[in-house]
Amino acid sequence: MNKAHSRNRGWPAKVRRQTVKLGYWTLAWLLTMAIANFGPKFLWEQNEFLTVAAIALNLLVGIGMIVANKDHFRSLDELQQKIQLEAMGVTLGVVLVVGLAYSNLDIANFISFDAEISHLVILMSLTYLATLITLNRKMR
Amino acid sequence: MKNRLKVLRAERDWTQAQLAEKLEVSRQTINAIEKGKFDPSLPLAFRAARLFGLTIEDIFQDQEPA
Repeated sequence: MNKAHSRNRGWPAKVRRQTVKLGYWTLAWLLTMAIANFGPKFLWEQNEFLTVAAIALNLLVGIGMIVANKDHFRSLDELQQKIQLEAMGVTLGVVLVVGLAYSNLDIANFISFDAEISHLVILMSLTYLATLITLNRKMR
Repeated sequence: MKNRLKVLRAERDWTQAQLAEKLEVSRQTINAIEKGKFDPSLPLAFRAARLFGLTIEDIFQDQEPA
């Protein structure tokens, strides 16, 4: 096996490795988020130290997830990076515009419930997912 | 931008997956380039030129805007 061939085999393996790594970091972040959210009520009866520690742990794992996301992005090829960038750009625009309009509706009392950050996260996730699917289909 | 990637690949009897592996990109990228949906970066164009033993201009041709 020549050098070029062994290097070529390494690229898909590297993407797989980075994808798995990102998956583990995301899972860890979700778990620490759940602990920070539900721990004060169900695990340690509002103990302040444990609550702050759980939030700090969630933040630290979140930083790890961001680094893993960056590494995953860099492992992708140029078309995949372009698709990811476009999806992120569309998501940023939609969340900014719709999020602020939603907040204005809440301030003006046009909606009966509070505008929660979780609504924005759901919008962000759905927009990102829909844009990724659309762009991948377009480039198929 | 027009390109001769599909022809050059067919001349060597390579599949899109094989060419993708040689150029260290995904099969989706090769397909998108061949269909003219995506223009490769200069480094990728150079890698393709090296692989086929041609110049970049032999593979990729600029299209004058209509």
